[in-house]
Amino acid sequence: MQPLLPGSQAEWAIETRGLRKVYGDRVALEDLSITVGHGEVFGFLGPNGAGKTTAVKILVGLIRPTAGTGWVLGRPLGDYRARRQIGYLPELFRFHDWLTGEELLDLHGQLYGLSRAERRRRIPEVLELVGLTEAARRRVRTYSKGMQQRIGIAQALLAEPRLVILDEPTSALDPLGRRDVRDLIRRLRSQGITVFLNSHLLSEVEAVCDRIAIVNRGRVVALGPMTTLLAGDLTVEFRLGSLPDGTLDALAQLVQVEELRPDPRPTIIARAPDEETIARAVDLLVESGIPVYGVIPERNSLEDLFVRLVNDESLESR
Amino acid sequence: MKALVIARLTFREGLRKKLVLGVVLLSLVFIVLYVWGFSLFVQDWRAMEARRAAAGAGMTLPYEVFASAMVLLGLWTVNFLAGVMTIFASVGTIASEIEQGTLHAIVPKPIRRWEIVLGKWLGYALMLVVYIAVMVATVVLTARFVGDYRPPNVLAAYGLILLVALILLSLTILGSTLFSTVANGVIVFMLYGMAITGGLVEQIGTALDNDVLIRIGVISSILVPSDSMWRLASYLVQPRLAVNFLGPNPFGTTVPPSTLAVWYSVAYALVLLLLAMLRFQRRDL
Repeated sequence: MQPLLPGSQAEWAIETRGLRKVYGDRVALEDLSITVGHGEVFGFLGPNGAGKTTAVKILVGLIRPTAGTGWVLGRPLGDYRARRQIGYLPELFRFHDWLTGEELLDLHGQLYGLSRAERRRRIPEVLELVGLTEAARRRVRTYSKGMQQRIGIAQALLAEPRLVILDEPTSALDPLGRRDVRDLIRRLRSQGITVFLNSHLLSEVEAVCDRIAIVNRGRVVALGPMTTLLAGDLTVEFRLGSLPDGTLDALAQLVQVEELRPDPRPTIIARAPDEETIARAVDLLVESGIPVYGVIPERNSLEDLFVRLVNDESLESR
Repeated sequence: MKALVIARLTFREGLRKKLVLGVVLLSLVFIVLYVWGFSLFVQDWRAMEARRAAAGAGMTLPYEVFASAMVLLGLWTVNFLAGVMTIFASVGTIASEIEQGTLHAIVPKPIRRWEIVLGKWLGYALMLVVYIAVMVATVVLTARFVGDYRPPNVLAAYGLILLVALILLSLTILGSTLFSTVANGVIVFMLYGMAITGGLVEQIGTALDNDVLIRIGVISSILVPSDSMWRLASYLVQPRLAVNFLGPNPFGTTVPPSTLAVWYSVAYALVLLLLAMLRFQRRDL
């Protein structure tokens, strides 16, 4: 990995304050303030039209914000010197498809300012990394969509960047390809590389991201570590042998009972603020002499959180 | 210099374009016809000379006037083909790459945006340098080896025809940072046509001694100086005798544009290129 830019011992890999983008009278991005830490995998989520791609384009300098400021790797947005350390896979990527995969990477290597020797070393490495070694000498035009996305990822990793910005990196990939990209992102994290992942695929984000931001209508509606955002919302299912009178009331002191199913065995579905509380609820049941056949915690999924936040917003605005 | 990376890419890409290929094929057809036509002209001339000698009549007009007219027609065609080639090759250079998204992977690289525009300009300019050199050489060598005629100031004429192409190149690239590919094509061809028509109007004005027509021609050559540079090239590449014999005509002029006009044209090409760089610097992609 390259050293940090001089004078850029910035606290955050990416920091934006109140970014706003207006096209005519259409607001593409209302007010974006996020922070992405060094070395973390950051998931950027939101429904279509939330302004995600606009935000990414501002981060890589393709468009200028109407208002607001930001820093990427300690340099102002769009700064020329930071770009050497940023790898970017555009959402609607189209490459010069009359070049072979190898020639394409050589071109991008030259644009990164890599020497001939560095290019000769790095190009086979990234081709190997994305599984395109065999196709290196074929024209990109003959590649499948998935292969084109892979060469795009290869291009983003070519210059050993400190920050990789991936805009929908798996949209054209099959399930195996998606798993490869997940593994790749984990590998980048283990090398201390910051990854900014813009994706529609919640399961993908859930699987690899440390922190996330959810945007809706051009604003951040949730920002924080995945574990914090999903915590506080533990749902647990108690499968019991019997349910004497009063037990339910005692249990309700600890957890919020949502549902009671008497058949075939009494089953209680409840919400608990944390795992400690669940443990205490189990103690209570055992002390009461009730057989406990199962305690099944259901972590609230990212999907639930996403749907809730995005729907709340839509309701408010109606 | 990262602009050179883009220049090399643009040059290679330009050679692959179908429209460019079309112009090259057309140019090959032209070369064949031109060599053939020139040799027919020489044969006819010799036959006529022989008849006159047999009849005992003296020479009315020197050979070089007609040989020069043949060269002029050849270079005019080269000039026209080069103009069309320039516009076809570069009309979508920025606009269509924004539309297709190929620039989205290039612009975030550590390259300044103006270097991208400059690189594209250089790539196409190199293509035109080569193309126009080959075509002018074909015409001049045909005149020499088929017609045994050597036109004057060939290098100056080459430089001016190249300047015509570079003026159009800057104009087209500036347009492609401002408009969509199709709109740019329409606008640039209209301006190119206006310059040619303006030049014709000026020639008619000179022939009729009409100040208004001449002024229209001058204004059009200020707006787009491509045609006036061609007329200077045509003036220089003919012997004075031929210029005087032809008089004001669609392909040449009796009143050559001044050195100032040349500097204006060079500045025009450079300023338009700078404007294109500035415009692209600020453009949202």
